[in-house]
Amino acid sequence: MPYALDHDFALAWLRATAAAVEQQHQRLTELDAAIGDGDHGTNLRRGFAAVLAVVDALPADTPPGELLSKAGSTLISKVGGASGPLYGSALRTAGRALPAPTADLTALAEGLRAGLTAVQKLGGATVGDKTMVDAFEPAVAALERAAFDGFSLREATALAAEAAEAGARATVPLEARKGRASYLGPRSVGHQDPGATSTALLFRALAEAAPR
Amino acid sequence: MKKLINTPETVLDDTLAGIAAAHPELTVDRAARVIHRAGAPRPGKVALISGGGSGHEPLHAGFVGPGMLDAACPGEVFTSPVPDQMLAAVRATDGGAGVVFVVKNYTGDVLNFELAAELAAEEGIEVRTVLVDDDVAVKDSTWTAGRRGTGATVVVEKVAGALAERGAGAREVASIGERANAASRSFAVALTAATVPAAGKPGFDLPADEIEVGVGIHGEPGRRREKLRPAHELVAEVVETVLAEHTLTPGDQVIALVNGLGGTPLHELYLVYGEVAARLAERGIAIARNLVGNYVTSLDMAGFSLTLTKADPELLELWDAPVATPALHWS
Repeated sequence: MPYALDHDFALAWLRATAAAVEQQHQRLTELDAAIGDGDHGTNLRRGFAAVLAVVDALPADTPPGELLSKAGSTLISKVGGASGPLYGSALRTAGRALPAPTADLTALAEGLRAGLTAVQKLGGATVGDKTMVDAFEPAVAALERAAFDGFSLREATALAAEAAEAGARATVPLEARKGRASYLGPRSVGHQDPGATSTALLFRALAEAAPR
Repeated sequence: MKKLINTPETVLDDTLAGIAAAHPELTVDRAARVIHRAGAPRPGKVALISGGGSGHEPLHAGFVGPGMLDAACPGEVFTSPVPDQMLAAVRATDGGAGVVFVVKNYTGDVLNFELAAELAAEEGIEVRTVLVDDDVAVKDSTWTAGRRGTGATVVVEKVAGALAERGAGAREVASIGERANAASRSFAVALTAATVPAAGKPGFDLPADEIEVGVGIHGEPGRRREKLRPAHELVAEVVETVLAEHTLTPGDQVIALVNGLGGTPLHELYLVYGEVAARLAERGIAIARNLVGNYVTSLDMAGFSLTLTKADPELLELWDAPVATPALHWS
């Protein structure tokens, strides 16, 4: 099956995410310092460094779902804070929902929808609360639409990345209702949410990793 | 940034090494990142476990010992610990009578302790959780993360620890912790921001003559910013803010905690305590017990928090029970 999520694609996605986090960790931390406690970049950087060490050691025939669920478990074990359980559960749940040995676009969208549901169940956030869900939900919706419309994996993931980035930008005028930023009330307005920003990095990495 | 550290990445490990060296009466598992009482587990005793980000010392490791916590799980600076740590703490201290977690109400702490409780349950260990949410700077609403947990954590851990020491069951231990939390309200004022080692600079910029009012304990800005005023005016407002969310009436007794946020000298904290005592006396509220000092800090942040716990004979008796920990000890 062409353009499917296989081991190489999943590994490339995790590597691209780790590289983006490495490159952007200071920006994430600065966004977090404005409305949180200033450790989002530091924490994700520590987590994805651990993820790379784990997934690089897995055999080459490891199904993509297992790669993602191992990555998720590693994030839960290494990150702490809110982002550890939230990102960890997202990837672990998505990974467990993916068929082996490969997943087509529809299955990938379903897996990520399951991951998003896990995030929402844990954190209780919906779109508009100024959290990672503001980027995650439109990205998954874009993937689902693209799968329905018959787009390629590459086109679909590019649309998802754009939707996530637009969702992250749209958090700027919002007042936070979840997480530590919610303690600031109206003072959280005017800042982009760090969690939505890192989620946009995750989906941009997915688009970059998608095979041509 | 001027700090006594080696590298920002090794702050927690290096701190644990120091705690281990300073307190041979505690067992510091540096690999699992758990500090527990030596000789654990104690058969038949409910294990009281707490934890949270580092940078709040002496919370929580400083409250491990007879009469208080059985174990503490320190996370990275201002970051909650991970579930693996809590599970390791449960395994190290569960004496078969169940475990009670004391968790401050922050999204990250709540999520990680929840995951840990699920993992413990899979191993057949009963875990109850006491959520501390005493900070009146934050509205208690289902539309937000709810009030933060701050200074009342000390009171909750002290009274729940005392009851656990007497052999009470997990339900009773959790119940007294919940009651102490419900009887407590706190509010904090910051004179300077905290500097997280990994960030390398203060969490927010504060002009020399301004303060942040209604801060938490993670270096985040507070509810609003205003000009610094003489202590008697500032403390009067803090007392009024706490009392506005309390049900205290003349004749009531309180446990009062004037807590330093890490960068404020004790002389200023005593000055503040004097103002607090005077304001409460005007209201006819008696301070039955007090603590003045650094108990729940926010790294190097200057400022203080005030916690008032409405006292009753049972809470006072548990408060007075012997305790022998690095940061709290009386007999």
